[in-house]
Amino acid sequence: MMKNVGVIIELDNGRVKESNWGMITLARQKNTKLFAFVINAAPGKLKPALELFGITNIVDICFAKDWENNPAKNPAVWAKVLINVIKEYHIDAVFGLSTAMGKDLMPRMAALIEAPLIMDCFSVDLENNLAKTSQYSGKTIATIKLTGDVLLFGVRPNCVEPVEAQVSSEILKFEGTHIHSKGLKVIKAGDTDKSSKINLAEADVIVAGGRGMKNAENFTLLFLCAQKLKAALGASRVAVDSGWVPYSMQVGQTGEKVSPIVYIACGISGSVQHFAGMKTSGMVIAVNMDENAAIMSTCDYYAVADALKIIPELTKLL
Amino acid sequence: MQIYICVKHVPDSAAHITILDKNRIEENVNFLLNPYDEHAITESIKIKDKYPGSEVIAVCLGKQDAEKTLRSAMAMGADRSILIASDALHDSIATARILKAAIEQDGNPGLIFTGKESIDSEGMQTQFRIGALFDFPVATNVVRLDIEADAVIVDTQMSGGIANTYEMTLPCVIGAGRGLNTPGYPTFPDVVKSKKKPVKKIALTDLLVETAHSSTNIIALEPLTQTRTPEEITGNAKEIALKIVNILKEEAKVI
Repeated sequence: MMKNVGVIIELDNGRVKESNWGMITLARQKNTKLFAFVINAAPGKLKPALELFGITNIVDICFAKDWENNPAKNPAVWAKVLINVIKEYHIDAVFGLSTAMGKDLMPRMAALIEAPLIMDCFSVDLENNLAKTSQYSGKTIATIKLTGDVLLFGVRPNCVEPVEAQVSSEILKFEGTHIHSKGLKVIKAGDTDKSSKINLAEADVIVAGGRGMKNAENFTLLFLCAQKLKAALGASRVAVDSGWVPYSMQVGQTGEKVSPIVYIACGISGSVQHFAGMKTSGMVIAVNMDENAAIMSTCDYYAVADALKIIPELTKLL
Repeated sequence: MQIYICVKHVPDSAAHITILDKNRIEENVNFLLNPYDEHAITESIKIKDKYPGSEVIAVCLGKQDAEKTLRSAMAMGADRSILIASDALHDSIATARILKAAIEQDGNPGLIFTGKESIDSEGMQTQFRIGALFDFPVATNVVRLDIEADAVIVDTQMSGGIANTYEMTLPCVIGAGRGLNTPGYPTFPDVVKSKKKPVKKIALTDLLVETAHSSTNIIALEPLTQTRTPEEITGNAKEIALKIVNILKEEAKVI
């Protein structure tokens, strides 16, 4: 039987974020019809790219301008509108990115209709309603069976290689009128559209520093290197707890969970908790003075060296 | 005001996890209070200090042994606790229904806290399900909280150090994030005192919770095995840097 599958498109400055393409590729399975949910954007501009990845229906969700309380940025309002879209188009499964935005949106949707949801999954089988995600601090992989009328999947960014599948599409207009959020008002929405900083969770390359960086000033060396590599800057818990960098840069169990193509760990010993956040990286390169550090035996390449000397050399070569 | 904190008894993140029958873990490891829940408790105590007369109640759905986690919560300042004892594993859909029933039976929540996620199942959603069942607003990954007479202002951590600021009416549900506060370690007298604080034990069957029509069930669990075979890069600083550049170019193809 044909399944209607919705994908929530995450935008950045009006453009489709790169990590959407892998998610759409994961959603495009046997006997599926793909609906892209585009919120507050000009869908005409996005049409060619969405068609290239197999989207046949673009649901253009717009908000009336006269709404109070900045509904366009209110995740509680979005969740309600998206549930209406799901009902309108008889959607069987919804995919979204397990990003900061997704984590504030998809569980709201799941809660409204008591639908099953797996966040941070990296494999989905729509024929058998199964999803795979990591559990127990990334030490195990769980295969989870979802039961319900509508199934929700929060997909880990970068976990699937994007594959094109050209089709043509139609745009369906959906007015999200008269929906308010009781109890939650947006006072200030952080401007997530400013892409001056490369997002840790979605970065292709991450340069991260730990105890071996020794102080806050030395993180400037990593920053310069990351800039040349167009990489995001990460850190271990030690670096965060020492006050060298803000918590938002922490990778690990209690920080961001990342899967970049390349993870360069500088002066990071590689605790179990740090691994929980980066073990699904494509390639891990470790630079550490201590050849017995845990990370040296669980990476792809390692150099027994002082990151403070290697990184400036690396920056020069880029 | 009654402040309820939903806490979870989870395996220590440093514990070695062994899988049994390909679908569950060997539970003979150290279990403790979910780290994010510590922030929820710490924040509740701050609110209680601001509004004397408030009561902080920790609630846990878990096996009998979870009483240990409730004792930790009370050592950190919770006044009393509720244990809904159950050996079975419950998904977030069922858990939210059970916690809601237990809270509703016990009192009148002005605020409900959870951690932003548990470090075992990493589901990130129970707080929203509790909110929906009560019809309370919800914010998750909260890193700042200001409470006023009938509203709270919260900052929620988004990516890249960006925060959203929401105002919510009371009662509401807060998923505590790590930036919210710095939990203090209980002192010895705190621990002694916590042993005398009451734990109300409820049988799951007494709550008469209806089974939801939807669910998530773990059908298989496998260890995440490392398949990397480390290769050493040698040379002086310049040579190592050059080799890394080559790897990034030729093998990873990111530059």
